[in-house]
Amino acid sequence: MLAITRRIATAVVLGSGALALGLGGPAQAASNKGPINIGVIAPYSAIDGASIINGAEMAVDDINAHGGIMGRKIKLFKYDNHFSATEGVRAFQRAVNQDHVVAMIGIWISEIALAMEPWSGRLKTPFIVTGAASTQIPKHVHDNYNAYKYTFHDWLNSAFLADGVCDSSHDLLVKPLGYKTAYVMSEDAAWTKPLDNEYLKCLPKAGLKVVGHTRFSPDTTDFTPVFNKIEGAKPDVIITGIAHVGLKPTVQWHDQQVPILMAGISAQAGASTFWKRTNGATEGIVTTSAAVKGAALTRKTVPFTDAYTKRFGTTPAYNAYTTNDAFYFLKAAIERAKSTNADKVVAQLEKTNYVGNIGRVQFYGKNEKYTHGLKYGPKYITGVALQWQHGDQVAIWPKKVAKSKVILPSWIKNKKHASK
Amino acid sequence: MLAMQILVDGFVVSALYGLGAIGFTIIFGVSGVLNLAHGGIMVTAAMIAWWAALSFGTYWGALAGVGAGVAAAYVTYYLVVRPIKFSPKIAEEEKEIFILTATLLWAIMIQEGIAYLFTSNPVTVRPLVPGVTAFLGVRTPTNELLIGVVCWLVIGLLYLFVNHTKLGKSVLAAAINPRGLALLGFDLPRIQAFVWGLYGLLAGIAGVLLATFIGASSNNVGDLTGSAFSIVVFGGLGSVPGSLIAAYIIGYFETATAYLVTPAIREMPALAILVLVLYLRPQGLLGRR
Repeated sequence: MLAITRRIATAVVLGSGALALGLGGPAQAASNKGPINIGVIAPYSAIDGASIINGAEMAVDDINAHGGIMGRKIKLFKYDNHFSATEGVRAFQRAVNQDHVVAMIGIWISEIALAMEPWSGRLKTPFIVTGAASTQIPKHVHDNYNAYKYTFHDWLNSAFLADGVCDSSHDLLVKPLGYKTAYVMSEDAAWTKPLDNEYLKCLPKAGLKVVGHTRFSPDTTDFTPVFNKIEGAKPDVIITGIAHVGLKPTVQWHDQQVPILMAGISAQAGASTFWKRTNGATEGIVTTSAAVKGAALTRKTVPFTDAYTKRFGTTPAYNAYTTNDAFYFLKAAIERAKSTNADKVVAQLEKTNYVGNIGRVQFYGKNEKYTHGLKYGPKYITGVALQWQHGDQVAIWPKKVAKSKVILPSWIKNKKHASK
Repeated sequence: MLAMQILVDGFVVSALYGLGAIGFTIIFGVSGVLNLAHGGIMVTAAMIAWWAALSFGTYWGALAGVGAGVAAAYVTYYLVVRPIKFSPKIAEEEKEIFILTATLLWAIMIQEGIAYLFTSNPVTVRPLVPGVTAFLGVRTPTNELLIGVVCWLVIGLLYLFVNHTKLGKSVLAAAINPRGLALLGFDLPRIQAFVWGLYGLLAGIAGVLLATFIGASSNNVGDLTGSAFSIVVFGGLGSVPGSLIAAYIIGYFETATAYLVTPAIREMPALAILVLVLYLRPQGLLGRR
């Protein structure tokens, strides 16, 4: 007890000393005894926030049960940023200066990730973004490598997500269902700007002519006018980009029986709690996600999904997979560096070649467009397309993991049958 | 076609606004309280309806939600409003501002409490009747039509109650001249307590219907109070017909803006009208005070 008190006292003195000197760096990080402190941050109350924390807890429990990192246990520090960028930045500062974390992992919502990103350089602490998608995150690293090199982007950026949607739409909608036109409907947010840009480019290439494009405000309550406008353009499919908003457009689409399939990205529909939240209105929704129950992207996908579902009573959202992975490849990087020194760890993180829950994790290099961004492609990570069918999330793309094909909700006419 | 859509959609939205605002205005009329926890009571009803529906089905859930609205209104009255009203330590002329502050703080407590228990993620209650109906050539969820009908049914019953029953008449009288009623020997505190229950019933029904229409979350507490407040001020504080007219003007303005301009600025023109009313006719459309 006394020893612990003394350690805390030392930490406080060292910490405040460092602050007084204006160092503010990870004063304790170099210490070779005791646990290794790692931070995880997310808005707890969101479906896609809780999943980050849950994914982290599973990784930490597992790593600690198997001897920790270089024989040292991980001590997990959790921070709730309450959807606020200011609180995100403050938590990052507190995490480094008071809690002496050696790395920060997580965060949902691109605007907040972008606000925190410069602080990874200022605080000289690796920051692994696992739940935001803006292309700006890796672009900042590319444009200003020395200041931003501490940030790694461990989730597909929006442009890649759009490519995934286009590729899967081509295979699922254009060929088998004869779909020819699409309407792009996204929430107005940082992550959907590059997403929509790429949609507008890649959908026509995939065989879907874009007949309209709407960006709605995230605080929209009544979507009737939005759907009304879309119906007027007579598209075969609505391609979505929704994450912060999820429930309202989904429920109203269902209740109003909007006679057009919704596919694309509906981030909250990736977690099984979405069924309960929407009273089943999510039936028929197609979304791209990191992984889905029963689809073995790697040998780790299914065991992780099952263990997570058993422990938390819901399937993991995309960022539970990525956050969970981040702890393992961070562990590997620290062990290769034989140190928790930020620069040494960053150098090792750049060499990451780790087969995780959803594919092979590798990061783009200093001179590539998306520096420290996750590599996209069949050899690396593509994500999966799933559809809510009979109350269950079913993998429908890519082919190697597909369990079913697209089933249209009862109120949507099958184009091919109708034209016969 | 678009005009019809606006007509149907606007009608339902306005009816819902009206129902929410009537209780708010009656409370003000009878006990002089501006209840800033109004949105909190609506969201409580919505959340309980959603939660109870998970185990007992939609209809029992809806009933539980309305019950929760009544309970929340009574808790607000007995725990927050009444102690201040009858406190000898607070000067009479300061009580209004004390109650205003107390209900505002109470609203924040309700919001945080709901966020803690149910998270701030929005929820929706399953439609009371599923499916869609073509109404005036517009594909409308049957539930939405039901909402319009229920709102007007409740408003109609309220009208009959206030004008044709003894208790109702005393409520009306209390709204017009509380002191006179007390001088005639009526038990004013009892009438006030009854009115809070009536208010809870109206706010509860509005909250549950809202949850079946566009969903609810703890984050809506402030917005709902704000919209009821605007409508009531616009219509004239304490005037039920004024609130209904104001609800329809604001409801239609919002709907038309959403369809013809963009849903992103839905509330703006209505708020602009409100500011104008405050300049030109501060007592509101049918205000007495």
